[in-house]
Amino acid sequence: MADAATPVTLRLEGVRKSYGIGTPVATEVLHGIDLVLRQGEFAALIGPSGSGKSTLLNVIGLLDHPDTGRILIEEQATQGLEDDVRTRLRGRAIGFVFQHHHLLPEFTALENVMMPLLAARGRPDDEMRARAAGLLDRVGLTPWRDHMANDISGGQQQRVAIARALATHPPLVLADEPTGNLDTRSADGVFDLMREINVANRTTFLIVTHDPRLAQRCDRIVELVDGRIVADAANANVVRRG
Amino acid sequence: MNRFTPFELIAALRFMREGAMQTLLIVFGVGLGGGVIIFMSAALAGLQANIVRRTLNFQAPIVVSAPDRVARPLRGDGAAEAALVQPRSQQLRSIDQWQKVLAAIGRLPEVTAATPVVSGPGFALRGDANRAVSITGIEPETYFAVVALADKVVAGRVELGTTGILIGTELAKDLGAAIGDKLRLTTATGAALTLDVTGIFDFGNKSVNERSVFVSLRTAQNLLNLIGGVSSIEVRVRDPFGAEDVAQAIHGATGQQADSWIRTNAQFFTAMSAQIVTNTLIRVFVGLTVALGIASVLIVSVVQKGAEIGILRAMGTTRGQVLRLFLIQGGFMGLAGSLLGSVLAYGFLLVFRAVAQNPDGTPIFILEMEPPLFAVAAVGATVVGLVAAVVPALRAARLDPVVAIRG
Repeated sequence: MADAATPVTLRLEGVRKSYGIGTPVATEVLHGIDLVLRQGEFAALIGPSGSGKSTLLNVIGLLDHPDTGRILIEEQATQGLEDDVRTRLRGRAIGFVFQHHHLLPEFTALENVMMPLLAARGRPDDEMRARAAGLLDRVGLTPWRDHMANDISGGQQQRVAIARALATHPPLVLADEPTGNLDTRSADGVFDLMREINVANRTTFLIVTHDPRLAQRCDRIVELVDGRIVADAANANVVRRG
Repeated sequence: MNRFTPFELIAALRFMREGAMQTLLIVFGVGLGGGVIIFMSAALAGLQANIVRRTLNFQAPIVVSAPDRVARPLRGDGAAEAALVQPRSQQLRSIDQWQKVLAAIGRLPEVTAATPVVSGPGFALRGDANRAVSITGIEPETYFAVVALADKVVAGRVELGTTGILIGTELAKDLGAAIGDKLRLTTATGAALTLDVTGIFDFGNKSVNERSVFVSLRTAQNLLNLIGGVSSIEVRVRDPFGAEDVAQAIHGATGQQADSWIRTNAQFFTAMSAQIVTNTLIRVFVGLTVALGIASVLIVSVVQKGAEIGILRAMGTTRGQVLRLFLIQGGFMGLAGSLLGSVLAYGFLLVFRAVAQNPDGTPIFILEMEPPLFAVAAVGATVVGLVAAVVPALRAARLDPVVAIRG
């Protein structure tokens, strides 16, 4: 775990989230989560199905609102922000990598990587094109940059998704089962890529995974059971590189 | 991706290209509907123009005449009101102080021209032939501004002088008269004059060509024993379809009887109102169908693209951007459809022209496609598309990204 002097990327304080409020079957999914991720951390979020991992990720990613509690991105409070402001903050500060790559099939690989910048700036420009090309090069897909998103393999699509998540240089990348749909070799490749970026850019990663093998390769493992963090520790098995 | 194209437009075009079959079908549907609307509009405009052309050709939009004389029973002290009042005969009378009335009419803003006319019945005789005619005495300079008689003269000149007379093609045939021939006009008052045929006109209407003769105002006054008077004032107005309002204004201002062509051709206008109502109803319903078509295609698209909309939202696309992304698609479908519709409408027009012909090959009625009609159609269809896209676009903008991404 990073030391106390490292800047905080993400801070959760007493985050609670229920579904079905106002109905007889209201259920609390997150029971007061406190969590701090510092710059450059590479953390796994593990836990059984239904433990609230996805809900927690959505709340952290500003896609969903917590019922109570606070979420701070780089120590900036996010509650009470207008939807447009939240959306812009999300676009700038958080990169998403989903289990299903979720590229836009209407666009080429390069255009998909440009998309977060395009949404933020409104019009395409040369700088964003160059930055996207650089990111694609980084993930080793320069030869495929003008292929439509659906015309490349699953592993390649996930690499494009990672490049896209990095387009705005976000301090935090949230990955939901990023290798869940890939064969072992592609999965290793995608994981290594995220690790490389983490080390090189000091980008903070929070990776939801079912795969204990992958979790064991992260610096820190946060375990969620029934909406509570039951274990949160530095991973002794990891040999830090870089 | 062009650097000047906004994000929403880029995404909208790509979305439509991705669903190319869907987009083509709806554009074709909008095009068919738009084509029908454009064609129906042209047909309605053509119908109105034709009625105006056929009727106002030889008729002034408003004819002002002296009020009918009415019988007023005398009422003494205690006398009962007469149960039966015999209507008075209407002799040919002049409009009282017609110069003042003419000036008053000329001052009305809607009136573009007014001319004094003396008209009454008579007989045209030449040799053994004689025909009942309607004599119209005119002041050529002002009359031609009201009725385009000068344009209808097919032989001779339009000069009248004191002894000239203009007759229709049919009458010329019946009497065997040609330019320069003399013919005699007599009236019930016993007056008779011998006149020179100076011109022959063709109004394209057989009964008018058979019955109408035009002489100078003074000649008619002599023939009809109306020295110094005029039997009516004919008035032209800016908007022929507003003639009835102007007629009432004239009646209010002068106290004379004013009949608009709308009243004198009442059955024409009843038929036309029915046409307008049915035509408008059809256009409205076709337009509604088009709008519903666009809306349903977009609703389906919002559902299909739910996950992508969620991803766009996760990547920092605002609700407003998503809203515009779908509004643009609706507007584009409307616009593209209307362009296709214009082409189709033009095709319908060519077919109509080929089919709707008189036996002699002349068109039954002339239909023109005016460029402004296409412009209005393009703008209108774009607006319809935008409006139709409002509900789907709002739905897309309000999608909860969490739910959308989960699919």
